[in-house]
Amino acid sequence: MGLLDYFRGQRSKGSAELAKERLQILVAHDRAERSRPLYLPKLQREILEVIRKYVAVDMDAISVNYEQDEDREVLEVNVVLPDAVDQRS
Amino acid sequence: MARIIVITSGKGGVGKTTTAAAFAMGLAQRGHKTAVVDFDVGLRNLDLIMGCERRVVFDFVNVINGEANLNQALIRDKRCDQLFVLPASQTRDKDALTKDGVGQVIDELSKTFDYVVCDSPAGIEHGAMMAMYYADDAIVVTNPEVSSVRDSDRMLGILSSKSRRAEANEAPIEEFLLLTRYVPERVARGEMLSVDDVQEILSLKLIGVIPESQAVLNASNAGNPVILDKHSQAGMAYSDTVDRYLGQERPHRFLTIEKKGLLSRWFKG
Repeated sequence: MGLLDYFRGQRSKGSAELAKERLQILVAHDRAERSRPLYLPKLQREILEVIRKYVAVDMDAISVNYEQDEDREVLEVNVVLPDAVDQRS
Repeated sequence: MARIIVITSGKGGVGKTTTAAAFAMGLAQRGHKTAVVDFDVGLRNLDLIMGCERRVVFDFVNVINGEANLNQALIRDKRCDQLFVLPASQTRDKDALTKDGVGQVIDELSKTFDYVVCDSPAGIEHGAMMAMYYADDAIVVTNPEVSSVRDSDRMLGILSSKSRRAEANEAPIEEFLLLTRYVPERVARGEMLSVDDVQEILSLKLIGVIPESQAVLNASNAGNPVILDKHSQAGMAYSDTVDRYLGQERPHRFLTIEKKGLLSRWFKG
């Protein structure tokens, strides 16, 4: 390794740093996925079924999110209702 | 009661069997009666690494099926009389290892051994699940490389949810990180994840760092656990790892580039 490479190597970002950044994001995502309760998909399906009895919503109009902090758990249910015109009588 | 240790990783080719052989030999050399068990049904290799492949008569599955008793299947190591190998079967039936069958064999080993080292197959299939199910401790073998680190993290999730300890609501499996195939030169050049990087990502207790070493291939060629090569860096690093596992303080070695003397640089190039 030449002297020039030595100085260049110090300054430029090594591939290891890139690997670390990618892994940190990936591992955080994987872990969040793991900590979710197993009933989540079923819950989402059943809530959707109930809503569809009254309102014509799409399958993907509902999202169920689960987040966990140090001392609390948040279950977030988000339903996008269609325009009033589409409502069933 | 024996302590059950699983050597696991998720990813293949990271050094599980090399580690299982070295670790078990290290425990036995320190006077602890140790059994090392190959869970890789259909692809048995521990016997080769341990150098006892020609002495296999009965195997793990034979014992589970009642075709042989445990003492007939255990192979006593010729170099260390405290060490025994239980080889895997070469059967192609993946489900040959039943949960109850494995449990009975582990129980029986527990009565007479101090440590049972379980060499897990790669992946997260049945054999790997059986290898970790009864564990008290897990050594997660990881290379400083993205896919290996990710798979190790996945394995940590499985260890904390699918083990006997998890199902029985007991204290969780104690998990240790063993970083293998480490090349300090590449770390210094920013081409390889450092020990600190991997530890930061996985947040695990570090039990050892094994440098990439030609001694590992030489040892497996000859069927000698690399820990017996006392002059190699890999051998010394495994030796430190066993001491640390047994509660002794050992500084981590071989993490930085060796400074070559001017003379050796001139003559060796």
